[in-house]
Amino acid sequence: MAESVREKPLLLLPAFTLWKRELVRFARDRNRLFGAIGQPLLFWILVGSGLNASFLPAGQTGQMSYLEYIYPGTLLLILLFTAIFSTITVVEDRKEGFLQSVLVAPVSRSGLVLGKVMGGTTLAMLEGMVFLVFALQLDIPFSVQSILATVGVLFLMALGLTGMGFAIAWRMSSTAGFHAIMNLFLLPMWLLSGAFFPASGAPFWLAWVIYINPLTYGMAALRHALYMEAPFRAGDSPTMGLCLVITALFALFTLAVSIGVVGRREKRRSG
Amino acid sequence: MPVAIEIEGLCHNYGDRKALAGIDLEIQEGEIFGLLGPNGGGKTTLFRILCTLLAPSEGQVRILGMDVLQEITRVRRRIGVVFQNPSLDPNLTVWENLYHQGHLYGLSGRALSQRVDEVLALVRIADRARDRVEILSGGLKRRVDLAKGLLHRPSVLIFDEPSTGLDPGARRAFWNDLEALRASDGITLLLTTHFMEEAERCDRVAILDEGQLVAHGTPGELKRDVGQDVIVIETEQAASLIEEIRDRFEVQPFLLDGTVRIECEDGQELLSSLYAAFRERLDAITLGRPTLEDVFVSKTGRSFQSGGA
Repeated sequence: MAESVREKPLLLLPAFTLWKRELVRFARDRNRLFGAIGQPLLFWILVGSGLNASFLPAGQTGQMSYLEYIYPGTLLLILLFTAIFSTITVVEDRKEGFLQSVLVAPVSRSGLVLGKVMGGTTLAMLEGMVFLVFALQLDIPFSVQSILATVGVLFLMALGLTGMGFAIAWRMSSTAGFHAIMNLFLLPMWLLSGAFFPASGAPFWLAWVIYINPLTYGMAALRHALYMEAPFRAGDSPTMGLCLVITALFALFTLAVSIGVVGRREKRRSG
Repeated sequence: MPVAIEIEGLCHNYGDRKALAGIDLEIQEGEIFGLLGPNGGGKTTLFRILCTLLAPSEGQVRILGMDVLQEITRVRRRIGVVFQNPSLDPNLTVWENLYHQGHLYGLSGRALSQRVDEVLALVRIADRARDRVEILSGGLKRRVDLAKGLLHRPSVLIFDEPSTGLDPGARRAFWNDLEALRASDGITLLLTTHFMEEAERCDRVAILDEGQLVAHGTPGELKRDVGQDVIVIETEQAASLIEEIRDRFEVQPFLLDGTVRIECEDGQELLSSLYAAFRERLDAITLGRPTLEDVFVSKTGRSFQSGGA
């Protein structure tokens, strides 16, 4: 009898359906389609071109243009924007009422998190891959391996960022609060990841922040992958192995936290 | 008749506030059961506990013999829930909403497609299947919500405020659907409401006020308890009139929202006597059959409207 009492909630089919829903919703929302890529693209062109003459990143070999230096950072910004926009929809799901019907269904909480986070991850990766086309304009020697490695790193980073977005968004009652978090926490996190300037040229305290920022390692992994065919141009960053391990751990950590916050709400209900 | 929902010693507190203070109730299979109460009376809390969204502070709830805390997944498979506010994705079509809902309950493939078509026909909305939910009227959205709740063939449907946002015509049509459903599927229907007319249509009603069950039974039984008739007097001298009526006639008038109310057996006779005795001091006097509102008044000493938080 104990066996029938402990019936398992559904995991994969609900996760699949929630993932698919994210994609359909995204495809129907033109603003989101262009917003997540348009803003970083504009930023990349304006800042990259404008600062090109006056900025030589520390630790670089000198030949690289600033446009090229901040290209991987812009890629990360696109991931960040897409991941955050797609997890903000948790707040909408709650407001529109859709979420409540998921919560009363025999669905495991991991299935809910997985569907939602994988949806955001897929979208972020797709946007990132679209932006990869612009890399052809730059002086980066590509190979099949380096593209595959780049896509792999994009996936890990998108997963971590979406997981983080979900964990933050879950408890929020309005999207307004999310903007404050975006400006005070997420954008600085991006700024201090080596996306904008390398740690080696920064003052000691700032370099320290950069070293403990998990995005730093994702950023470095991205540079390693992009410059697989010209490793000396990746800059003086941590090794690829370390970067991948930390990026993967970060993704697992944010997923676990997301599943934790959804579960904790249930326990809190249990009073 | 077997019991569909058993509630025993159910309490729930939000911090210091007692939302439910010891509820005992049994709901039979195949019944249309109404939880009637003013806002803040505790029915939303009870609804959330029954649909597994909230775990009670104390007490037990069994649905179809299964404990809602211990066997939460099995309970979730067997109940359908329709929320007061639409639980639909406005960006998706009616069909897509139901398709995702099916996946959440483990339905898939052809069986799911067939069931979606079936349930859309059941709630008479098949012709709108390809429309996006955002363009539908409130009444149609309500029907899509009902279709969602019924999709996985639940044995118990828990329904929060079915008529909210519906005009009277749509409300009547909706109730006909619910009754047809009960007749064809033998489904147990539990609904919360603050509309008297809606509660009147239920097989049995429980009245909740300040977290307590103040009465339960069929609407007929409850009303018979109050008496045959209810007389309501509008007057500017309510206090003195109450005393005089109490002294001269063998009844217990009481004050409610500035009016004098009398529950009695033979209203017609009393009405003419009252009219003859106090004619000059009355603004209006009316005689009526007791309603569920009178039941609420008689049990709580307050009017239903003023009972809300």
